[in-house]
Amino acid sequence: MANMTRRRTVELPDHPDFLWVAEQKPKKSYDVIIIGAGGHGLATAYYLAKNHGITNVAVIEKGWLAGGNMGRNTTIIRSNYLWDESAGIYDHSLKLWENLEEEVGYEMFFSQRGVMTLAHSVSDVRSKQRNFYANHVNAVDSVWLTPEEVKEIAPIVNISEDIRYPVMGATFQPRGGIAKHDWVAWGYAKAAADLGVDIIQNCEVTGFDIVNGKVKGVKTTQGDIAANKVGMVAAGHTSVLANMAGFDVPLQSRPLQALVSPLLEQVLDTVIMSGAVHVYVSQAHKGELVMGAGTDSYNSYAQRGGFHVIEHQLAAACELFPIFERAHLLRTWGGIVDIAPDASPIIGLTPVENLYINSGWGTGGFKATPGSGWVMAATIANGEPDALAKPYALDRFISGHLIDEHGAAGVAH
Amino acid sequence: MSTVNFTFDGKQYSGQKGESLASALLRNGVLHFTDSSYKDRPRGVMGLWVEEPNALVNIDSGAGEPMVMSTTIEIVDGLVARSSQGVGDLPDTRDNSRYDKVNRHVDVLVVGAGTAGLEAAKKYSDQGKSVIVVDDKPAAGGHLVYLGQAVPADLLSVLDRENVTYLPRTTVQGLYDQGYSVATERRTDHLDSKVHTEMSRIRTWHIRADHTVLATGAFQRHLVFANNDRPGIMLSHSAATYVSNGANPFKSAVVVTVDNQGYRDAVRLSQAGVTVNAIVDIRNNPSGPSVEAAKAAGIEIITGKTAIDTCEKEDGTVKCVSVGNPDGSDAACIDGDLIAVSGGWTPVVHLATFVGIKPTWDAKLAAFVVKHSDSLTSTAGMLAGDFGGDDNAEIFFGPTLTTEQALVAFVDYQRDATYRDFKRAIDAGMRSIEHVKRYTAIGTAHDQGKTSGTVTMGLIGQAIGKAPDEIGSLTFRPPYITIPFAALAGRDRGLLSDPERTTPIHAWHVASGAPMEDVGQWKRPWYFPKSGENMHAAVLRECAAVREGVGVMDASTLGKIDIQGKDAGQFLDMIYTNMFSTLKVGMSRYGLMCGVDGMVFDDGVTTRISENHWLMTTTTGGAAKVLDWLEEWLQTEWPHLEVYCTSVTEQISTVAIVGPKSRELMSRLAPALDVSNEAFAFMENKHADVAGVPARIARISFSGELAYEINVPAIYGLHIWEAVMSQGADLNITPYGTETMHVLRAEKGFVIVGQETDGTQTPDDLDMSWIVSKKKDDFIGKRSFSRADTARDGRHQLVGILADDGSYVIPEGAYIVAGADANTAPPVKHIGYITSSYDSAALGRSFALALVANGLARKGEKIAIPMADRVVTGVITDSVFVDKENTRRDG
Ligand SMILES: Cc1cc2nc3c(=O)[nH]c(=O)nc-3n(C[C@H](O)[C@H](O)[C@H](O)COP(=O)(O)OP(=O)(O)OC[C@H]3O[C@@H](n4cnc5c(N)ncnc54)[C@H](O)[C@@H]3O)c2cc1C
Repeated sequence: MANMTRRRTVELPDHPDFLWVAEQKPKKSYDVIIIGAGGHGLATAYYLAKNHGITNVAVIEKGWLAGGNMGRNTTIIRSNYLWDESAGIYDHSLKLWENLEEEVGYEMFFSQRGVMTLAHSVSDVRSKQRNFYANHVNAVDSVWLTPEEVKEIAPIVNISEDIRYPVMGATFQPRGGIAKHDWVAWGYAKAAADLGVDIIQNCEVTGFDIVNGKVKGVKTTQGDIAANKVGMVAAGHTSVLANMAGFDVPLQSRPLQALVSPLLEQVLDTVIMSGAVHVYVSQAHKGELVMGAGTDSYNSYAQRGGFHVIEHQLAAACELFPIFERAHLLRTWGGIVDIAPDASPIIGLTPVENLYINSGWGTGGFKATPGSGWVMAATIANGEPDALAKPYALDRFISGHLIDEHGAAGVAH
Repeated sequence: MSTVNFTFDGKQYSGQKGESLASALLRNGVLHFTDSSYKDRPRGVMGLWVEEPNALVNIDSGAGEPMVMSTTIEIVDGLVARSSQGVGDLPDTRDNSRYDKVNRHVDVLVVGAGTAGLEAAKKYSDQGKSVIVVDDKPAAGGHLVYLGQAVPADLLSVLDRENVTYLPRTTVQGLYDQGYSVATERRTDHLDSKVHTEMSRIRTWHIRADHTVLATGAFQRHLVFANNDRPGIMLSHSAATYVSNGANPFKSAVVVTVDNQGYRDAVRLSQAGVTVNAIVDIRNNPSGPSVEAAKAAGIEIITGKTAIDTCEKEDGTVKCVSVGNPDGSDAACIDGDLIAVSGGWTPVVHLATFVGIKPTWDAKLAAFVVKHSDSLTSTAGMLAGDFGGDDNAEIFFGPTLTTEQALVAFVDYQRDATYRDFKRAIDAGMRSIEHVKRYTAIGTAHDQGKTSGTVTMGLIGQAIGKAPDEIGSLTFRPPYITIPFAALAGRDRGLLSDPERTTPIHAWHVASGAPMEDVGQWKRPWYFPKSGENMHAAVLRECAAVREGVGVMDASTLGKIDIQGKDAGQFLDMIYTNMFSTLKVGMSRYGLMCGVDGMVFDDGVTTRISENHWLMTTTTGGAAKVLDWLEEWLQTEWPHLEVYCTSVTEQISTVAIVGPKSRELMSRLAPALDVSNEAFAFMENKHADVAGVPARIARISFSGELAYEINVPAIYGLHIWEAVMSQGADLNITPYGTETMHVLRAEKGFVIVGQETDGTQTPDDLDMSWIVSKKKDDFIGKRSFSRADTARDGRHQLVGILADDGSYVIPEGAYIVAGADANTAPPVKHIGYITSSYDSAALGRSFALALVANGLARKGEKIAIPMADRVVTGVITDSVFVDKENTRRDG
């Protein structure tokens, strides 16, 4: 047995003794039904109860709570988006994050360790700088880093000029960071349940009860449930649900993969993203590297993707972070992300009265969990779009008022 | 057997060649391998192979590797290992080992070279099929090897057959849809302790098989009782195997079992000289040949009881096990420095679950099995429920524990997750295995729950009175075992991490000292500094040379797509916003293409080579995207069109000579060519010999100057370039790079797609209404021009910006506010942003292009640019700064 000292991993605190009623059965009717117990659905239910006093609410989940993208993402949180509309909703979300653990009384490991986005070519620098200046006029915190400054914050980055795509600079949002996704989902679920919301798992919505263009309830694998209002918050499966309700949404459902390493000594205490070489990495509290890449290029509902995406990503990672060469790949998985033509969410009313939609968060909705739930709750409670949600209405695909985060961002984690 | 010397935790040991590090350490009497990750509890080895939850080591010799299972490392001379407490090291040194990849198509892939796998291999090989047999162990034979029994020769010899490839030490890491597998082969670690740069250390196999046979066998699992983690507590099959091979630090043992496997292991232990004090069996009436054999060996059998707790010796290893009723009552101690646990078999269902095949619970076997057979995948052996023996396992995962006992009854050893953690999860409302995992961290360590997975499912069932299969199904995710990142990067490391594309003239650029700009995968010369010159000075000089004399640029990277077919003209009319079908043969035209949303997508000059033959050029970075786009329309929307597209980017070299003196130079290069304006007009193409090489010369200009683009087969690119340089020497021919090109075009107000555009600009926004045909019925993007938002007032439009201080170059990307808002603190309403910004030799000052809300109507208005450290003021201007009348292009 060795007696040398080495880096220890930290044991996380315990979850609370009680979270939610196991195997909760649905009531006959609710004021509001939320379809999908991902982060956004749970946050919506929580804010309905908390902000609007609407507590006769059920969150209906076809599988296990947060078993969709909420439990599969790489947890990057930031608000330094390009467009004003995005700055509005994502920064509102970030502000909510900043008080969330205290508000719901749940440890979420929200850690504002900063998010760095590397630029690797002249044109990459130009577009990242634009982003940086856009953040400046929108009063979103953002710093421009030289390669040397990148190295100071994250010594493991290879900033030498003779690598395939040298680091030429980076934007850095100090308020950005990470959280632990399960803890966030469970925190919202518990807080919502404590306020009276029913969380019903293993209950798949299979159809809608729509009379004269107005939704009256949902059909599920646990029977019909009536509701005055219904919110679809089903991420990658939104188009399936919209179909059941008789309308189309312009969403592509694609696999997005992520991976982790086993626990490693701490070498990285910020978040680094590189769209150009397709690698995103942070090191979680216990020490595992959490990495993501771009979406797979085909549509699918199977929660898995192609291995070449992983291989490509690890090649890029070894080049950018030589210290990762010996790190191990422990586990890979995929989620199904819902991508709108402009890579921005769709929030608001639908062609069916009293049926609301919240989807299209694609590869980057984890960070928006609080903000998304907040505006969705307001939209459902008031029957009209919340101010921050308004630009994201479904009808923008008719008017053409797109909020195109694809152009500059690549993958918008 | 030859002896091997190695080091563990700084101490020298020797072991036998071919054995695992775990085995060698046991042979040396080492029981306490490491301490647990969180609770600092002493831990030893439990398992035989990749199911090992405890005995992790860091390897410091050879390539070096953090956190590997000592059960899977074959010892070699010079091996240096260090115990690992569940956190891997990341040394600062590079791993220079070679890693590579292989692709293989095969009729049948057999995973597992145990008897079931070998039989499958034989069957398919007999049918004449090509077969790959993959097994992660050093030798074929599966359990027979562990049992020390000979593998039947007729099976073993299958591996030598012509149509069979056998890959030992190779792990199938992932099974994917359509018979695609990824496997990793360890090729050098077992040879020596060196870094291998000449042959690959790990090879990644990408195997596409028509059929995949999964014969992956099974692991034994443990039971959850108090203090079930002390060194000396092992899985019975593992213990019996080590001991039978002479790695025997034990004197006496107690076997705790739920099935007849425990009896067979007890017999093996006793045959190897370990005194088996008792077999403790949860079942009341065990029977079968294995039971009889144990009785015959004189081993005491205690039925209806199980392990409740253990106690330790001074050194932390196990001393005895307390045995009692399953409810915890009537417990009494039995001594043993080995407690061998047989908790039932867990077939290796991993690969099947990777492709969504769900295991089913077999109550008779007390195991999740996969009985599956379809054209793509089938299972065999223990995975398929063929356990062979007389196991008669009881469905049992551990006794009732007191609160204190539950605190030290481990479900997942590596995560130090106990029955108490598990129970809290159940009480908190967790029912899904996925929730229990997340609540407790069970199954999340290096072993991904290979032993704890089924145990957890069983415990949930036991806790809420359901069968394990009513809880849900056991699923895993790739990879099967951990893989170094570098191995998956393979040869795609360093400069090979992404292919580098260079033009035939590249070496010349490099030799001349030009720094390179990465444009997509291309390396393009950025500028050509003379000695002592910085970029700013070089670019001003290059720009001036082009506007006043003649410059030369390598334009070979522009995307080039050869388009042929009788409907090509019609097709181009749909792709571009402007008309192409009317273009005369031999002429070129600049075109803009939009997405369906009406937003500019790419641009370039397209030439009609002959009636049905066109050559399209695209932006350097956009070539692949455009070709995809063309193919998408041809294949999915307009399959009736007869059009064929071929990428010819790399087949043609393009050298552009640009500037008022380019005509003189062109005539020198191609004496037979009439270069006068009358004979060779703007946008015309001519064929002529240039420096002895047949060339197509186009009068195209991206700078506003008189210019000729010389296109030759790629192999002549450098020759033409050198000819240009020598013939132009007395004209002070000046090579220039991408930066000068950008400045020159910006002075003329020409856009660069991706710089003046970001996917949200219509041609109108770019002040290019002239390029949108009013005559054509349709083209891609047309219908979107009438959408409410596309047609609205106030869209951002392309304009010029002049800073009040002409010596200041505004940063590109900077946001613009109305002059009146110059001193408003953020958040402040902005009206647009700077797309391009340079110092100009021609203007003798800086200038910029910008997209500004309603900009075309705001020329002359004051603007401001607020930045962190200053506010810059300026004025909106026209976007054309040089030669508004287009007089210079004709020389
Ligand atoms: C690999 C990966 C990495 C990511 N990384 C990041 C990141 O770093 N940062 C970031 O901000 N975002 C990231 N994201 C995106 C983010 O995870 C999603 O945008 C966000 O989680 C989506 O919202 P949600 O949590 O509500 O979705 P989900 O968790 O997917 O919730 C939708 C739920 O609806 C349920 N459902 C669907 N159909 C039905 C039905 N018919 N009946 C009942 N229930 C139904 C589903 O089962 C699911 O639980 C990532 C996503 C993935 C997959």
